[in-house]
Amino acid sequence: MEMIKVEIDGQACEAPKGSTILDIAKANGVDIPTLCYDPRLSPYGACRLCLVEVEGARALLPACYAQADDGMVIQTTNEKLERIRKTLVELLVSDHPMECQGCSKSGRCELQKLADKYGIKESTFAGEVHEYDLLRENPFVMRDYNKCIMCGRCIRICREVQGVGVYDFINRGFKAVPGTPYDKPMQETPCEFCGQCISTCPTGAITARPYEDRGRVAALDMLRNACAYFKMPEDDMMKALGLEGWVTRTTCAYCGCGCQLDLHVIDNKVVEVTSPLMVGAGQGNLCVKGRFGYEFIGSDQRLTKPLVRKRGKLVEAEWDDALKLVAKKLKEAKKKTGPDSVAVLSSARATNEDNYLIQKFTRAVVGTNNVDHCARL
Amino acid sequence: MSGNGDGHKYKVVLGYGTCGIAAGATAVKDALEEAVKGGDYDVDLDIAGCMGLCFTEPVVEIFDREGGSVIYGDITAKKVPQLLDEHVGKGQVIEDWVVKRSEDPNACEGDFLSNQLRIVLRNCGKINPESIEEYMEIGGYEAAKKALTSMTPEEVIDEVSASGIRGRGGAGFPTGTKWGFARKSPGDEKYLICNADEGDPGAFMDRSVLEGDPHTVLEGMILAGFAIGARQGYIYCRAEYPLALKRLDIAIEECHQKGFLGEGIFGTDWSFDVKVKKGAGAFVCGEETAMMASIEGQRGMPKPRPPFPANSGLWGKPTNINNVETFAAIPWIIYEGGEKYAAIGTEKSKGTKVFCLAGKVRRTGLAEVPMGYTLRQVIFDVGGGIAGGREFKAVQMGGPSGGCLPASKLDTQVDYDQITAAGAIIGSGGMIVADNRTCMVDLARYFLSFTQDESCGKCTPCRIGTKRMLEILERICEGKGEPEDIDKLQNLAADISAASLCALGGTAPNPVLTTLRYFKDEYEDHIFNHKCAAGSCPALITLSIDPETCTGCGACVKVCPTDAITGEKKEPHVIDEEACIRCKMCLSRCPSESIIAE
Repeated sequence: MEMIKVEIDGQACEAPKGSTILDIAKANGVDIPTLCYDPRLSPYGACRLCLVEVEGARALLPACYAQADDGMVIQTTNEKLERIRKTLVELLVSDHPMECQGCSKSGRCELQKLADKYGIKESTFAGEVHEYDLLRENPFVMRDYNKCIMCGRCIRICREVQGVGVYDFINRGFKAVPGTPYDKPMQETPCEFCGQCISTCPTGAITARPYEDRGRVAALDMLRNACAYFKMPEDDMMKALGLEGWVTRTTCAYCGCGCQLDLHVIDNKVVEVTSPLMVGAGQGNLCVKGRFGYEFIGSDQRLTKPLVRKRGKLVEAEWDDALKLVAKKLKEAKKKTGPDSVAVLSSARATNEDNYLIQKFTRAVVGTNNVDHCARL
Repeated sequence: MSGNGDGHKYKVVLGYGTCGIAAGATAVKDALEEAVKGGDYDVDLDIAGCMGLCFTEPVVEIFDREGGSVIYGDITAKKVPQLLDEHVGKGQVIEDWVVKRSEDPNACEGDFLSNQLRIVLRNCGKINPESIEEYMEIGGYEAAKKALTSMTPEEVIDEVSASGIRGRGGAGFPTGTKWGFARKSPGDEKYLICNADEGDPGAFMDRSVLEGDPHTVLEGMILAGFAIGARQGYIYCRAEYPLALKRLDIAIEECHQKGFLGEGIFGTDWSFDVKVKKGAGAFVCGEETAMMASIEGQRGMPKPRPPFPANSGLWGKPTNINNVETFAAIPWIIYEGGEKYAAIGTEKSKGTKVFCLAGKVRRTGLAEVPMGYTLRQVIFDVGGGIAGGREFKAVQMGGPSGGCLPASKLDTQVDYDQITAAGAIIGSGGMIVADNRTCMVDLARYFLSFTQDESCGKCTPCRIGTKRMLEILERICEGKGEPEDIDKLQNLAADISAASLCALGGTAPNPVLTTLRYFKDEYEDHIFNHKCAAGSCPALITLSIDPETCTGCGACVKVCPTDAITGEKKEPHVIDEEACIRCKMCLSRCPSESIIAE
């Protein structure tokens, strides 16, 4: 791989050719603020927060978009850049309801973090603010465009990652806003309700509905607000409150893809599912099942013990007894009518390894090739 | 309407562009056709594009066999019989209606044209734009034929470079250099785009060229396509120009028939074709990256550069984009030679530039002048000075991206560098002239409201920044300005200029910055004294009638929407300040200029 050398804030850096300035800065521990950037998406260059000064360049360059050239001398921070960044955040805040206390994104909101960083509580630019209706026409995605900062991340993730393209911008100028075709409710569009737009939205403009009407979400909001207020990382806050382990990293069990999940747990109940960015097979992307299909964990209808049919009725049993029964029945069938009278159907919800084992078991132990998998259906 | 061959004593040509049609040329055309139907007149009828005489449309030019001609202005259907009877029938010129006579080109309003040097507009108003034969009769397509059959692409680029022509769309980048980049950019598939998405308020030269001489633009594109190695060209023309689109379609069809477009053109093995893409009315689509997004079928929103179109443009392929006016000059440059073009103009700005004179100038219309003319020459010698004999106050150049220059800058030469140094830009060539009744704060407010409306909304500084600037200006115009507003405007303008994604946002603060530079006292007057000296901002003025000059004609009474004006016939009238809403309708109607706004 061809390497290039650049200088960022006086620090000599080396990077593969084709890297953006932001890639190199991140790799070298230099923090450049961004809002419209998401590593899963094509660069966009709209929020202008990542503008940097490059020696000899005619204009400031967006670090997320501009590829670094060999020998580039880059400044990511100076008085002018910080002044511009402050103005940009102030402009965004001037059309944003700064009622963070009641916002479910508080504590994780990228705009809130920048406003904190630049010490902006309210904008000095008074003027018109948007007053859009809250859109909650479907059970999954809630949209509050009053909080939208026009970063275009929802539009790009829907088009580039999901390949669906439910959103695009409508209107121009100050009135420009993302929307569905003809402002249709999302259930009348090709939306799959994967919630990818929720995962990328930097503010509280697009949020998840499934857990919103449960009291626990209010508790979660409260905790996050406390985190934001005390400027304390969420994990530390949870530890301080004796709620350790409230985020559990696990692998999604819906299919064999292996997407990583963070289960947010309060009071031993899952209140939200997210996926860590750029980690594991999913790289932070989830489908509708992975993101929203977790109510079953706490369901009282969930099977927690094996059931054995006795006199036509299913009765709870111990695992050992149940497995013994299955083994006995399999042996009997094999003996009586031959191994090919047995067939095994395995599940896509099991891991690859488990599926491997079940086919090995079927072929080597039972002695038949009658093995299949539900994903064929 | 077409000529029926040679041999007639006179040829009557009607200016039939959108401007002429808007002024009533269709009725004149019908009247002319009706009048000659009987064969009583020894005359040929023909149409042409716009001659650029906006101030006196509809325009008719009558040629005699000796090559002499007379241009008549303000022709109506009613005047047609008299015109034909006297001029064609009796050979008598109707002096009162004359705009220009070939015998005495400076007389009447003739100096509007004789003070110009027309290269881009050389055929506009002279040939029928719907006839490729008329274009070819005067040397059309000779340059393309010459280049394709006897020159290499590099030689064409060298000739264009030698001419020194710079992009006429606004940025003024040297055309030859740009073509060189596209030529050298690796790739078998390249595209050429003609930017005909003219959208600056007060700019209409591209429309006039497309309506008046579409073949020149096509010929320029054929040459450019050959030079850079593009086999497909696009003309991105706004849908608000239906006549230009119609004439382009006709011209492209004619070219296909003649073998000038399509496979193996001009008998060579080179192929080049042109498609027209209609723009749906977004100003920002004049920005090249937004335009390419629009051609690709996406929402017209700009992308950061680099990568530049020459490396990664339309569908990711090397692409070259030039403006209509640039393409229109290319055939002349190839035919006459780059050196001849470079002999015109100043050291760094060569050739001619078409300006659109609009606003409070006496003679509005198209003015093509050599680079190096002073603003005074353009506005006073060509434009005839200020309408109504008022005082010149400023000229807004380059539309919403440009700036306002005051009287002290009138001797600035029309030259990319000099105009930029003065604080404006040549831009696409709009010149909106303001007189002493124009409020400069209001003018800045107007342009900012335009850019705010037309912002695509992608980047933060343009979407919200220009909105906040606009709100401050609106406040000042309403007399609610605050002392710190000027600083606020200046700081915000600096950040918007530096941080915007494309030139629309980056240049949007310019009208505010130049008016602040040259007319700061007007801003201060609004903020501190709540006065609008130009008598323009409704919230800051009162209207009254000068009893000394009022003739009591009652014209004002008729137009007043709130019945605020009263008075006896032939006696001085008065305005009831309470009832008056300061719409200034009376001001525009008063024949004795007795209405005082202050």
